Amino acid sequence: MLGYYSELAIRSLRRNVVLTTLMVAAVGVGIGTSMTVLTTLMAMSGNPIPDKSKQLFAPQIDNWGVKLHRSASDAEFVPIQLSYRDVTAFMSAHVGVRQAAMYSLGLNVDPAVGRPFPALGRATYRDFFAMFEVPFRSGSVWGQAEDNKREQIAVLSSKLADRAFPQIDPVGRTISLGGRDYRVVGVIRPWTLTPRFYDLSAAFGETEDFYIPFTTAIDEQMESNGPFDCGGGGEPAQGWPGRVNSECVWLQFWVELPTSAYVRNFRSFLMAYAADQQQSGRFHWPPWVQLHDVTDWIAYKDNHVVPQGIRINTLMAGGFLVVCLVNAIALMLAKFATRRVELAIRRAMGATRTDLFLQCLIESLIVGLIGGVLGLGLTAAGLGGLRALHGVSGTQSAMGHLYSQNIEAALVTLVVAVIATGCSALYPSLRASRVQPGLQIKAL
Amino acid sequence: MTLANGILNVLPLLRALRRNRAGPILIGIQVALTLVIVCYSMFIIQQYLRHMNSPTGIDEANIFTLTNAWLVTPNDLEGRIKGDLAAIRAMPGVLDAVATLSYPLAGYEVGISISPAPGPRQPHAGVHLYDVDEHGLAAYGLKLVAGRWFTSTEVLSVPFDERKFPAETVVTAALATRLFRTANALGQVFYFYPDHPCRIVGIVERAHNAVVSYRDEDSIFLPVLPLNNALNYVVRTRPGQQASALQSVDRTLYSLSRQRVIQNVRPYSATRHRAYTEDRANAAMLGVVCVLMLSVTAFGVIGLTAYRVTERRQHIGMRRALGARRVDIFKQFQAENLLIASAGCLVGIVAGLACNLWLLSKLDGLQRMSLSYICIVAIIVIVLCQFAVLWPAFRAAAIPPAQAIRNL
Repeated sequence: MLGYYSELAIRSLRRNVVLTTLMVAAVGVGIGTSMTVLTTLMAMSGNPIPDKSKQLFAPQIDNWGVKLHRSASDAEFVPIQLSYRDVTAFMSAHVGVRQAAMYSLGLNVDPAVGRPFPALGRATYRDFFAMFEVPFRSGSVWGQAEDNKREQIAVLSSKLADRAFPQIDPVGRTISLGGRDYRVVGVIRPWTLTPRFYDLSAAFGETEDFYIPFTTAIDEQMESNGPFDCGGGGEPAQGWPGRVNSECVWLQFWVELPTSAYVRNFRSFLMAYAADQQQSGRFHWPPWVQLHDVTDWIAYKDNHVVPQGIRINTLMAGGFLVVCLVNAIALMLAKFATRRVELAIRRAMGATRTDLFLQCLIESLIVGLIGGVLGLGLTAAGLGGLRALHGVSGTQSAMGHLYSQNIEAALVTLVVAVIATGCSALYPSLRASRVQPGLQIKAL
Repeated sequence: MTLANGILNVLPLLRALRRNRAGPILIGIQVALTLVIVCYSMFIIQQYLRHMNSPTGIDEANIFTLTNAWLVTPNDLEGRIKGDLAAIRAMPGVLDAVATLSYPLAGYEVGISISPAPGPRQPHAGVHLYDVDEHGLAAYGLKLVAGRWFTSTEVLSVPFDERKFPAETVVTAALATRLFRTANALGQVFYFYPDHPCRIVGIVERAHNAVVSYRDEDSIFLPVLPLNNALNYVVRTRPGQQASALQSVDRTLYSLSRQRVIQNVRPYSATRHRAYTEDRANAAMLGVVCVLMLSVTAFGVIGLTAYRVTERRQHIGMRRALGARRVDIFKQFQAENLLIASAGCLVGIVAGLACNLWLLSKLDGLQRMSLSYICIVAIIVIVLCQFAVLWPAFRAAAIPPAQAIRNL
C-alpha cells in the first residue's frame, strides 16, 4: 500500500513540476536557514563531555558580598571565577574523587631551532587529565607526588610538540617556556571541547598547548592570562603575596563527584566552608554558594556562552521556517485542488477517505524529504558562509567546530523537515480527502 | 464618482475571495509574518550597522598596533620599554607611539572600579582604562575638548602586581556627563575604589571602549607606564606612511633586542574588522533571511495566484465573453492581490508592534520600533506582491474566451 501511494505521489509530483519545485524550494530554504542557525546554537550550548557532564562540578562562592557592596543600579553578579584562597582550601579539603584547581597561562616558547613564539597553557593538577578524559599520544601525566613538588615538568599538545620538536617524540626532552626549561612528560592527542567548559572566559577557544603543575606556576609567580577580576572585592595589596591573598578572582576549580552521595557531601562541605569564612570574619555576609554541573555551568547566564545575537537570529530563523511552511501549505492546497477529479474517481471506485488522506499525506512527506535533503545542502552552504564571515578556515579548530555539520545535526534537520512538512500537510490532505465524488464526476 | 466605482469593484472581489478562503488567508498570514520578520531583521541590521560604524575617537586611518612580549622578563623592563618607544618614535613617518595594556576595540579590557565618594560602602562602577604617557594625545590622535593632557612628570611606572594610583585622569565627555551630570567636569574628583582620589584634568571628545558593547563610552586615560612583560604598542604615522612603518617596525625592534616575540602587527582597520566580526556575521545572516523571506513570499504569491487562475479559467472566459477587456481581468487579479496583501500587512503591523513590546521586555539592547518604519516596510512588501502577481495576472488576461467556455 505504502509503495503504491509513493508511486502515485511521485507520478503526481512529476506532473506539475513548477508547483513541486516551489514547494520543495520553500521547505528546503526554510529548513536550510533555520538549521544553519540551530546547528550553531546546538554546538554553542552543546554538551562537550556527555558521559561525565553530570559528574563534574564547578563550585561558585560569593567572596565579594555582592548584595552588600554593590549599588542597586549595578547588574548584580556573583564572581564566576574563584580566588586563590578558596581554591587552595578546596584542594586541601580533598572532598571529591578527583579535583583540580587551574588557571590559564601565556608563555613564550623558545624552540631549539627557529624564532620564539607565544603559546597558551594551563597550570593545573594531574586529576585534570583523568577528569576531562584527555587522550594521550605518548608519555603520560605527571604523578601524584609531582603535584606538590613544584617540579619543572610539562605536558604538551601535539600541535606544540610537532612545532617545537619536528619528527621526534619530545617525551623526556626539555622545552623552554617563558625562559625556563621544563621536562616533557607527555604529549596529548588533538583534543577539542566545544564549548571549552572548564574555562568559559574563552568559551570557543582552543584547548591549551602546554600544561604545567599548578604549584610550579604559583611558585614562579606566573600571571594569569585570563580575566583577573577584583570587581567588588577591592584592589589587592602589593606584590605577589598581595595578589594571592586578595579577593580577586582568576582561577577555576573542578571536582568529580560520581554519586549523589558525593554531591551531597561536597555541597555540605561548601556550605560549611562559607559559614566558616563568615565566622572567621572574612565574609561579612551570609554564605552564598552554588554547585554547577557541566550543562548548568554552560547555561549559567553570567558565563554568556551563547551571544545575544544568536538568540535573535534563532527567533528570526524560526519565524522564517514558519513562513516557508505556511507557503508550502498554500501551495499544497493549490496542488490538491487541481487533482480533485482524480481523487473523486478514486473515491468513486471504493477508496475510503482515510486512503485519500494517507495518499495526500505521503505525497507531502515526499516533498518534505526532498526539501529536507535540499535543506541539508543549504545548511552546509550557510555554515560555510558563516565560517567565511568569521574568518575560520576548516572545521577542525574550536571555532570551525561551531560552524560545522555533524551527523546528529543532519539527522535533526531531516526529521524536522519531514515532521514540519507532515504537520503542514494535515489540513490540505484533510480537505482533499473530503472531496465530493458525485459533484466532481458529474462535471467531467 | 471614482470612489463609488472603486467600492463597487471591490465588492465582487470580496465575494470571490469568500468563496475560496483558505488560499488567500494563508497568503495573508504569510504576508503578515514576512512583514514582521523583515521589519525586525532590517531594524536590527540597522542597529548593527550604526554600531559598527560608530567612531572610536582616535585617528583610525593612521594607527597600527603590535604586541611585544619579552622571552624572559628583563630586569630593566622600564628602560627597555622606553627604549622601544623612543626607537619607534624616531622611525621615519612615525608621528608618535605609546605603550598600553589595552586600547579602543582591542577585544580585552583593563577595568577599574570608581566611585563618586571615598569609602568601601559607596556604590561603584567599572570603567575601561587606557595607560598613556605624555605622548598619548598625539599617539592616538584624540580630540581634547577641555583641559590639558598629562605631563611627563605625572607618569607613574607601575609593575603588574603593584597598586599605584595616579592623581590625574583624562575622561571622555560621555563619562564626564554620566558621572557629574555636566560635560564640563574639569577639576572634579572621583575615587578609585575604595579611597584613592583622582582629579579630571582633561576631557576628550570620545574614546571607544576596549570591547564591543552596547553600553555608552566609559573610558578613562591614566598617566601610567605599565611594567608588564607583554604590552601593546600603539603607533600613529603620518598620512600615507603607515605601510612602510608597519613593515619595518619589527626590524627596528629586533635590532634593539632579539629576546622578544612580536606579534599581531596590524593596522587599526584590521582591529576594527576583527572587533565587529560577530556583528557583521549576524547582520549578514539577517540580511540573507530578509532576502530569502521576501523571495519565498513572492513565489508563494505567484504559485497561489497561478492556481487561482487555473481554478477560475471558465469564470474568466465567461467574463471575457460578456465583454470584459483583457485589462479588466488583469486589474481584477492585481486588485485581489492588493486586498490580500494589505489585509496581511495590517495584521502584520499590529502583530509587529505587539511583538516589539514583548521583546523589549525580553532582550536588552533593543529599541522601540516606530510605526512609520513598519509602514514603509509594509509598502515595500505590498509593492513586491504586486510585482509577483504580474505574471499570473497576465496569463489570466491572455485566456482566450472561446476556448475557456467550450466545455461549459
